[in-house]
Amino acid sequence: MTERTTAVDAEEVRHVASLARVDLADDEVGRFAEQFEDILTYFERLDEVPEVDHDADLTNVMRPDEPRECLETDAALENAADTEDGFFKGPNVS
Amino acid sequence: MTAQTVQRGDLVTVIGLEVHVQLETETKIFCGCPTAQTDEPNTNVCPVCLGLPGALPVLNETAVEAAVKIGKAIDASIPEETRFHRKNYYYPDLPKNFQITQYDEPICQDGELEIAVEGERRTITIERAHLEEDPGSLQHVGGGGGIDTAEYTLVNYNRAGVPLMEIVTAPDFRTAAEARAFLAELEEVLEYLGVFDAGRDGSLRVDANLSIVDGEEVDDEGRIGTEALEAANRTEVKNISSHKGAEKALAYEETRQRNAIQRGRVVEQETRHWDESRGITVSMRSKEAEKDYRYFREADLPPLRVSHWKDEIPIPELPTARRERFREEYALGEEAASKLTSTKQVADFYEDVAREFDPDLAATWVADELLGELNYRDLEITDVAGRLDAVHRLIELVDGDEITAKNAREVVLRGMLDDGDDPDEIVEREGLGKTGADEVEQAVLEAIEENPEAVADHEAGEAGAINFLVGQVMAKTGGSADPGDVNGLLREELE
Repeated sequence: MTERTTAVDAEEVRHVASLARVDLADDEVGRFAEQFEDILTYFERLDEVPEVDHDADLTNVMRPDEPRECLETDAALENAADTEDGFFKGPNVS
Repeated sequence: MTAQTVQRGDLVTVIGLEVHVQLETETKIFCGCPTAQTDEPNTNVCPVCLGLPGALPVLNETAVEAAVKIGKAIDASIPEETRFHRKNYYYPDLPKNFQITQYDEPICQDGELEIAVEGERRTITIERAHLEEDPGSLQHVGGGGGIDTAEYTLVNYNRAGVPLMEIVTAPDFRTAAEARAFLAELEEVLEYLGVFDAGRDGSLRVDANLSIVDGEEVDDEGRIGTEALEAANRTEVKNISSHKGAEKALAYEETRQRNAIQRGRVVEQETRHWDESRGITVSMRSKEAEKDYRYFREADLPPLRVSHWKDEIPIPELPTARRERFREEYALGEEAASKLTSTKQVADFYEDVAREFDPDLAATWVADELLGELNYRDLEITDVAGRLDAVHRLIELVDGDEITAKNAREVVLRGMLDDGDDPDEIVEREGLGKTGADEVEQAVLEAIEENPEAVADHEAGEAGAINFLVGQVMAKTGGSADPGDVNGLLREELE
């Protein structure tokens, strides 16, 4: 098992948050840095799991180009926080 | 620009293209929702293309076939094994927060396409071409409708999951005109393959990279070293949606960068948005760097092993080859050959008529008359696909000398296109049929028999008598005989 040498720093947390379009308050950054650190440590434990054979080789799984029934628009929009005239409605994005 | 013309101190423009084309399939790439365009939002959607939890993608075989055909047409290699990846970014056009695409194992690698610009042929390297899903479409509403000023966003996922092929060229273009020529050639090839419909809204979208390097970096074969390319700051121009748009956007961007360099300024490495209505590129907020996309393998889609499909799937003769063959086989000029191979439908129709009638006459009728009249009406040959038998018949009438070319063009063809009538109907209705020789001859004999006085006058040397007889024949044939011919026939009979 390899030891993690670099700790997760605040800048990294802010970068990941910005990629996910999440605003973090300053006091949250430290808390998430610790949690990221924990998560990465858990993942490192996977290195201890012995390698196993791959699943049977599955290749070329395809379907014919034939239409299937779609969802009704109402059903498609059912979970949306906001809608307008059949569209999903969200805040301005740029 | 060729290597010979590059001087020390010259600035050379370097352009590479990323072309996104929608593939013509019935259904989306990973689900069975139709790809047909519709005005009703969110009707062609299902749990897969809406990214609902637990929904699993299943690959559309026809999309893979289309990718293999494209690979074959651009002479690319199809690797033994190819697979899909997730490209992660957060934007509402992607309901899953990732796009299924191909990262380091694309289905087509190392291809090329030949273009001709002002008579000069160039081979453009195509680094890769890969399959991916189209995102949904956004409408920015309120605040003038601008991306930055809009009040809110409306999202329609009908387009989400339409199969796309992204075709990436090497930075081989030196002018905006070359980039445009490439797009035109590519579009022709894709249409010949039957995998693309240029008439479909938004079916072609282009991102272009442009930088300016010193002429000294260009070697004798016109190539530029990787180091020099990497050292030059480039801009990525997005939102180009046509050949013409590409040429305009790149010409603008080229001038903007050259001006900056000549004024001693540094060109920023950035993404710019082509604003078609204003004819300028504008700086966009910086987007993610490649590593920020956190590409990883799409575990829900097993790898593809389809390299052998390249031998199994046939593709038609491609435009360049067909153009050459037309020139040889039908003795056509360059312009005619080029017009007649502009789309597969035109070329097929031309061959259909050229085999049966005089190839020259067929060329005039297809390239000039038919395409000219269609163009005038803003129609494509595909819009009159069901009428081509009628056009075939019209050419037969002209070839058989049954109607005059003038009538065929000005009355019959126009009537066919404007009113949907059949050529024979129009000929009959308008009395355009040239009267057959037998009928004229018959009328000549009758006129002689019925007018012994005029015959006698003619034999007595009266000059006007023959004109009277011509008039009689013309009346009998309803004016459709040629007066000169009639005159000749009468003289023969009376000798």
